[in-house]
Amino acid sequence: MTFIALIPLFPLIGFLINGLGFGKISKSAVPWIGTGASLLSFVCVLFAYFNFNETPLVVNLFDWISVAGLKVGFSFQLDQLSILMLFVITGVGTLIHIYSAGYMSHDEGYGKFFAYLNLFLFSMILLVLGGNYLMMFIGWEGVGLCSYLLIGFWNKNTNYANAARKAFIMNRIGDLGFLIGIFLIIQNFGTLEYLAVFEKAKAFHIGDGIIVAITMALFVGAMGKSAQIPLFTWLPDAMAGPTPVSALIHAATMVTSGIYMIVRSNVLYTLSPFTLEFIAWIGLATALLGATIGLFQNDIKKVLAYSTVSQLGYMFLGLGVMAYSSGLFHVITHAFFKALLFLGAGSVIHAMSGDQDIRNMGGLWSKIKITAITFLIGTVAISGIPPFSGFFSKDEILSHVYEHNKIMWTLGLLGSFMTAFYMFRLFFVTFRGSFRGTEEQRHHLHESPNSMTTPLIVLALLSAIGGFIGFPEVFHLPHRLNEFLSPIFENSRLVNSSFGTVHVSHNVELILMGSSVLVAVVAIALAYMVFGNGKNVPVADNEVVGLKKLVYNKYFIDELYNRLFVGPISAISVFFANIVENKIIDKAVESVGAGINFSSKKIKELQVGVTGTYILFMTLGILLLVLYQFGPSLLSAFNLLQNK
Amino acid sequence: MLTLLLLIVPLIAGLFLLLNKSKSNFTTVVYMGIAVQLAIFVYGFLNFKKNPYLLDFDKVWLSDFAIRFHLGLDGLSILMVGLAVVLVSLILLAVKGFKYENMSRLLGLIFITQSALIGVFSAKDIFLFYFFFELALVPVYLIANFWGGENSSKITFKMLIYTVFGSLFMLVSFVFLYMRGQSSDIDSLKVTVTLLPNAIKQVLFWGLFLAFAIKMPVFPFHTWLPDAYSQSPTPATMLLSGLLSKMGVYGLIRILLPFAPDGISNYGGIIITLAIIGLVYGSVIAIKQSQIKRLIAYSSFAHMGLMAAAVLTLSVSGMQGAIYQMIAHGFNAVGLFYLAKIIFDKTGSRNLTELGGMTQTAPKLSILFMIVLLGSIGLPLTNGFIGEFLMLKSVFDFNVILGVVAGLSVIFGAVYMLRFFQKTMFGPLSESATGISDIGPKELAILIPIVIIVILTGVFPNLILNVSGTFVNTLNHLVK
Repeated sequence: MTFIALIPLFPLIGFLINGLGFGKISKSAVPWIGTGASLLSFVCVLFAYFNFNETPLVVNLFDWISVAGLKVGFSFQLDQLSILMLFVITGVGTLIHIYSAGYMSHDEGYGKFFAYLNLFLFSMILLVLGGNYLMMFIGWEGVGLCSYLLIGFWNKNTNYANAARKAFIMNRIGDLGFLIGIFLIIQNFGTLEYLAVFEKAKAFHIGDGIIVAITMALFVGAMGKSAQIPLFTWLPDAMAGPTPVSALIHAATMVTSGIYMIVRSNVLYTLSPFTLEFIAWIGLATALLGATIGLFQNDIKKVLAYSTVSQLGYMFLGLGVMAYSSGLFHVITHAFFKALLFLGAGSVIHAMSGDQDIRNMGGLWSKIKITAITFLIGTVAISGIPPFSGFFSKDEILSHVYEHNKIMWTLGLLGSFMTAFYMFRLFFVTFRGSFRGTEEQRHHLHESPNSMTTPLIVLALLSAIGGFIGFPEVFHLPHRLNEFLSPIFENSRLVNSSFGTVHVSHNVELILMGSSVLVAVVAIALAYMVFGNGKNVPVADNEVVGLKKLVYNKYFIDELYNRLFVGPISAISVFFANIVENKIIDKAVESVGAGINFSSKKIKELQVGVTGTYILFMTLGILLLVLYQFGPSLLSAFNLLQNK
Repeated sequence: MLTLLLLIVPLIAGLFLLLNKSKSNFTTVVYMGIAVQLAIFVYGFLNFKKNPYLLDFDKVWLSDFAIRFHLGLDGLSILMVGLAVVLVSLILLAVKGFKYENMSRLLGLIFITQSALIGVFSAKDIFLFYFFFELALVPVYLIANFWGGENSSKITFKMLIYTVFGSLFMLVSFVFLYMRGQSSDIDSLKVTVTLLPNAIKQVLFWGLFLAFAIKMPVFPFHTWLPDAYSQSPTPATMLLSGLLSKMGVYGLIRILLPFAPDGISNYGGIIITLAIIGLVYGSVIAIKQSQIKRLIAYSSFAHMGLMAAAVLTLSVSGMQGAIYQMIAHGFNAVGLFYLAKIIFDKTGSRNLTELGGMTQTAPKLSILFMIVLLGSIGLPLTNGFIGEFLMLKSVFDFNVILGVVAGLSVIFGAVYMLRFFQKTMFGPLSESATGISDIGPKELAILIPIVIIVILTGVFPNLILNVSGTFVNTLNHLVK
C-alpha cells in the first residue's frame, strides 16, 4: 500500500513542473498539468478507498527526525478520517482547478497560480494523511505558507500584501500553541505517532491536567488556522486572494484543518471536558459574531468570508459537545456549498468586470442564469432548508447542542436565523431588481465559460444531495457517514462510557428539526420583505450610523488589536533599539572599557621608581602566593592544634 | 593526516593569494583550492566511520611544555569542518563575483580564515584551540578594516578588543588547567577538572564562558555585533555571522560542557534565561529595523541566543538541535547577507523604505530569497525547522515558561522576515528597483546550492543528526 505516497506526490510534481517551468511552459499546457496532478491524486484516493480494509494503515517512508529517545517517522496513516478528508480535498480541489483554468486565464501569473495551488494540495494532503503530529505540523505550516503566497498573489497592491502577511502571522500565533502541544505530547507520551499516543492516552483519567494542557495548546493552533475568536480577523482580509483561492483554501479545506485536528485527537478531547466546554463556547461566540458582521457587509466576498467564520464556529460548537462526526459532517457539506458560493461569487465578479460591491449589482438573475441558479442552491443549502445538504449537518449539530445545553441551542438557533437572513439578503440584492452598475459593466455582462460553470453545476448537485450521507435517526434511514467513521471514535467510547449514547427522543428530534426550519423560513421571508423587490439597497458607507456602524466596522476589533499589540510591540522595539541598546548596555560596556583605561593609568602610577614601594609590593605578593600554597594546610594544622 | 591537509591547503592558497603580485592570474588558484579541499573532505567524510585515525594528526609541538599539535575529527568536528569547507567555499565564490579592490588579497584572507576555522574545529589541544580561535579573527579584522567603509575601522576595533578581552579569560583558564593537569590535551583534561576544588570549578566556568559568550554573542555581551555586522563589508559579515559566531557555540560544547559541568548546573539557569532574553530582545528589535544588514544582524544574534540556551540545557535534543542549527544557520545567514548584498548592488539601497516591487523586475531573486527566508523562519521541511524544533523542545523541557517565551521568537521571526520580504519584493515598483536586471548564473551558482541545502537537510535531517548522534550521547553521559 506504499502507493498512498502517490497521493501527495502528484501535486508535488505538478508544483515542480509548473513552478520551475514558469514562463517556459505554454499557457495551454499549464492548467492540464495542474488539474491533471489534482485529478490523479483523486484517483489514487478512490483506489485507496476501495482497497482499504477497515483497519488503519500506517506507511513509514523513512525516519525523519531521530534524536535520542524520540523517533519521528515521515509516515502516512490511511484510515476512515483521512480518506474522508482526502476525498473533500482532492475532489473539491480538482473542481476548483478546472474553474481556475477559466477564471485565471487572463492573468500573467497563470503558471505560478497553478503551481501554488498544487503546492497547497500537497501540504493539505500531508496535513490529513500524516501519521503523526509532526507530519500534521508540516502540512499545518505548509498550508499557511500557500495561503500567504496566494493571498498575496497580486502583491503589487500593498493592501493585499499586508493581508497576506497578517494571515501568516496570525496563523503563526496559533502554530506556537500547536508546537507547545507537540512538546507536551512528547514529554508525556514519548512519541508523536497517532496510534501510539492514543493507545497510551487510554490510561489517563477524565479531566487529567496534562490532557487539558495538551488539548488547550492544540486548540490554540486550531483557533489560528480555523479563524476562531480571537484569531479570526485574518480570514476576511484573506479575500484579497483570487476567488478560487477563497473557495479552496479559505472555505472548503484549509480552514477546516482545526476541525480535522480535533477529530483526529478525539480521544484526548473526550478526556478533557473542560477543553470541550471551552471549544463549544468559543465556537458559538464565533458563529454569532461572524453572523452579525455578515448582516451588514456589502462586498460579496466579505459576506461569504464572515459566513465562513460563522459556519466554522458551528463546527467547533459541534465538536465541543462531543458530536465529532457531526462537526465533520458539516465540514463536508460546507465544503460543497461554500465552495459553490465562492465560485459563484467569482463568476459574478467575472461578469461585473471585477466589481465586488453588491450595491452596484442587481438584476443579474436573467443575465447569468447558470450562476444565479447554482448560487441559489448554495444559498438554500447554507440556510438549512431540507432536503439540501446544510440542513442535515447543521440540524445534527444543533440537536446534540440541545442535549448539552439549552441556552447554547437557543443562541445557535439565533445564528441560523441570521445566516438565512444575510444569505438571502445577499442573493436578493445581487440577483433581483434591476441593474445598478455602470453602462460599461452592463454592456460587459455575460455568463462565464464552461470551465467555470461546470464546477458550479457539479458543486450545486453535491450541495443539494450531499446531506443524504447522513439521515437523522428519526427517518429510519441509514447514517452512512456515522457508520463509516465509527472506528475512529473507538477510543473515545472506551475512555468515556457516555460517549455517543445519549439521544433525544424522536418527538423532540422532530420538534428541533421543525424549529430549525421554521427559523430559516421566517428569516428568508423577512429578507424577502426587505430586499426581495430589489429596490431596497444598502446605504453608502458614510451613512451607516449607531450600533449598526459598530457592527459594520467589525466591532473595531482590528483597531483594538492594533492598539493592544501592534502599537506597543513597535514602541518596545524602538525603545530597545534606541534606549536599551545604546544608552544602557553599550554604555555599561564602554564604562568597563573606560574603567580599564583608568586603572591602567593608576597602575602606571605605581611604577614610580621608589625601591621601597617595589619591595613592599613584592613582599605582599610573595605572602599571597605562600598563603595560597600553604594556607589550607596551615589552617587545618591550626584547627588540629585547637582541637587538641 | 587528512585533517592537516585540510588545514594546510587553504593556508597555502591563502598565502599565495596574499603575496600574489599579478592582478589577474589568481582564479585558477581559487578554484584549485576549493576543489582540492572538497575532494579531501568528501574522501575523509566517507571513510570517517571505517577509519577514524585517517583523520588524526598528532605531533609534538612545543616539546618543553608537552604541548602537542594534535588534530582529530569526531562526530561534532567533522560536521563543523564540513561547514567550514563548504560554506567558506561558497563565500569565496560569492565574493569573487563582487567588485572589490585587491580581490586576490581579499580572497587570500578568506582562505586563511578558513584554515584557522578548520584548526579551531579539529584541535584536540587547548593551546592549539586557543591559537586558532584567536587567529581566525585576524584576517576578518583586516578585511573589515581595509575593505570596509569610513566607520568600519573604529567599529571593528571595538569588536576586536571586546572578543580578545573575552579570550584572555579563556587563556588564563587554560594556563591554570595546564598547570594543574600537566597536560594540554583536551581529553585528558576532562579527568583533571573533576578533581578540582568546587570554588575553582565555578571560577573556571565563568572564565571559559565569557570568551564564548562574547564570541557568539550571548545577551548582554552583544553590543559589538549590530555595528560590526552592518558596517563591515559583506565578506567579513558573512564570515562573522556564518562561521566565527559558531566558534562560540562550538566552544561551549567542546570546552565548557566537559570542563565545567558543575558550573553549568549552578549557573545554567541564569545563562539560559539571559540567552532567551537575548532571543526575544533581538527579535523584537529586528521588527522595526529599516536597514537590511542591521535587521539580519539582530536576527542572527537572536538565533545565537537559542543555540546557547539549548546547549546549556544539557539535553540530547538541545545539543543535537544546536549542532544542527549551527550548520543550518551558517548557510541561512550567509544566504541572507548575500541576498542583501545583491539587493544593494542592484538598487543602491539598503533601506527598506526606499525599496519595493522587486518581484516584478527580479522574479528569480525573489523566489530564491523566499526559500532562504523560509529556512530562516523555520518552516517545516526546511533546515531551520529541525534545529528550532529540537532546541525549543529542550528549553521547554528545561522550563515551561522559558520554553513559551522562547517560542515567541517563532512569531516575531515571521514578523520581521516577512516585513523584510514585503518591503523589498512586494508592493508597487520602487524607483530604486525600476529597470534592474534579474540575477544571472553568477548569483545562481551561489544561491541554488544554498537553497538545495536548505531543503535537503530539512527533509533528511538525519544525514546530519546521525553523524553527531554518538558524540552527543557520549558527551551527555559525561556531563550528567
